[in-house]
Amino acid sequence: MSKITDFSVYPDEHGRFGAYGGSYVAETLMAPLAELTEAYLRLRQDPEFIAELDRDLKYYVGRPSPVYYAERLSRHVGGARVLLKREDLNHTGAHKINNTIGQALVAKRMGKPRIIAETGAGQHGVASATVAARFGLKCVVYMGAVDIERQKINVYRMKLLGAEVVPVTSGSKTLKDALNEAMRDWVTNVADTFYIIGTVAGPHPYPLMVRDFNAIVGREARQQVQEQFGRLPDVLTACVGGGSNAIGLFHAFLNDAGVRIVGAEAAGEGIATGHHAASLAAGRPGVLHGNRTYVLCDDNGQITETHSVSAGLDYPGVGPEHAFLKDAGRAEYVGVTDDEALEAFHLLARTEGILAALESSHAVAQAIKLAREYPRDGLVLCNLSGRGDKDVHTIAAREGVQV
Amino acid sequence: MSRIDRRFVQLKAAGRTGLIPFVTAGDPSPAHAVALMHALVDAGADVIELGVPFSDPMADGPVIQHASERAIEKGVGLADVLGWVAQFRQRDADTPIVLMGYLNPIEIHGYARFAAEAVQAGVDGVLVVDCPLEESAVLQPLRDAGLQQILLAAPTTAPARMVQLCGSARGFLYYVSFAGITGAARLSTGDIAARVADIRAKSKAPVAVGFGVRDAQSAKAIAGFADAVVIGSALVERLAGADDVDDITARASAFLAPIRAALDAH
Repeated sequence: MSKITDFSVYPDEHGRFGAYGGSYVAETLMAPLAELTEAYLRLRQDPEFIAELDRDLKYYVGRPSPVYYAERLSRHVGGARVLLKREDLNHTGAHKINNTIGQALVAKRMGKPRIIAETGAGQHGVASATVAARFGLKCVVYMGAVDIERQKINVYRMKLLGAEVVPVTSGSKTLKDALNEAMRDWVTNVADTFYIIGTVAGPHPYPLMVRDFNAIVGREARQQVQEQFGRLPDVLTACVGGGSNAIGLFHAFLNDAGVRIVGAEAAGEGIATGHHAASLAAGRPGVLHGNRTYVLCDDNGQITETHSVSAGLDYPGVGPEHAFLKDAGRAEYVGVTDDEALEAFHLLARTEGILAALESSHAVAQAIKLAREYPRDGLVLCNLSGRGDKDVHTIAAREGVQV
Repeated sequence: MSRIDRRFVQLKAAGRTGLIPFVTAGDPSPAHAVALMHALVDAGADVIELGVPFSDPMADGPVIQHASERAIEKGVGLADVLGWVAQFRQRDADTPIVLMGYLNPIEIHGYARFAAEAVQAGVDGVLVVDCPLEESAVLQPLRDAGLQQILLAAPTTAPARMVQLCGSARGFLYYVSFAGITGAARLSTGDIAARVADIRAKSKAPVAVGFGVRDAQSAKAIAGFADAVVIGSALVERLAGADDVDDITARASAFLAPIRAALDAH
């Protein structure tokens, strides 16, 4: 591949990021996707739509979220300065709402009274149920039975918000199965239903749309870091499951050739053990859930079951733009194990008084590693994509503590 | 002339509606996969649709997903499916076989390698559910090798796109009779009749109608206006759990015989 200097022109009109992306779906979905693409491409340039979205991001979500210099953590690590983009401070406690508020507004403009969503950790489900309540839409959330067990608090939260949570018992009973089920619902009820995909995967236009709605994270951070430190960061890091918070942070920096970009995937019990969810670090190009991307599969092409302590990273595919950035050499993707994430969780809690989500703890662990590589005046910008309240029970159980 | 084309010419000459049963390869029993294929032909199948098991069959309903899961659990992969087709061909040189499945197993197997092995085994057509016309460039090696790419059309397909699909259709065009997953239970015969009539006027390829066809009655309703009827989930459901070869073949013929009779009585 020849050296790419302008990353802002992707995807092309077919939703392709180089060799990745596209629309690998059954014929029944082609018309709804075409309708959505047409509507979204119009709305993303509609000043009224943009103004409405900006208003809700400011007054409802609470944007902008701060960039916080984690001084005690940095001192403890003894390397470069670690900066945290505090997406955990958004309404509902994660970056996910940036996307759901955007898609709910698209649903409203398209006249669809019912929204459906799939969720892994439950964060996207909560964010979908939240905006459904906010806009008076009916909401059905598909969630793997295993994840329901792991994330009881979020399940109850969704119900409190008026959503119906449907347990999915097929396959591995996790995020990918919930996604299959939601896709089936959409195919069957497309006339009145809008499918809010929670990550930058799926068929075109989802990787584009979800990235656009999350890109505010990087746009804000780029400006905030320059205001506070007078220059761009040396390196960015974020956790990558499907990759929405990561692309959200990365996108505004893609054309800043001097800014290094590192994605942290879930290495679970270690990539060598096979019990992980590191699609980019350990997978291969394939086709899953409507797009060509890196997937974890066996030699028969069957998608393999993944493992991560964090439900939100437990996904065998990844957004196609990440696959593209990896192949283009613009971003690196590395694995962070369950144990490393847990260690980072505790360290951040004790040095900064911040309980990070287990997903985000992978990014914190990677930020700590990167901080050690750079001099003291270096700047490592880490996306703290969500808060850890939802994970308190998981952590307690893992550490043998009765809560 | 391809085996599929020849079969539809024969059907037309005889004034018969084709019967296309779908089974998931390796379900209910990998050991009797070939026997099941012969049983389908004995019970009146004109074309066999053989599902290649995939872990994430997004466009299928729970019945076929579970059949896929059972087959995968028993270790069934693309190579087994091709092996069974080759075995089937030793005794049956005429019944066309269409492999139906998803792109990832073919992609991982390798397009050129798959094309060569499938032709060698005696596969005639390939229906890749998650590979619409727009993404079909990847299937060029399959077409070059002589495999016919079976395309889907749906009630939601826009008129301009339908013209495009009709022009590109090879073998037969598979009309999904409603906008849902496989195996759901809704069917408005009048609507389907009108849409299929329109498609048949535009398409040189014959039109098979499927998704939601469950029994003799629903098959017969479609026989009046389609070139062939596809029956999948209801058959897969009937076969589920059988494990000895006599039980499997008995269930297949007991299920298909009344449907065949209803189609022929039309």
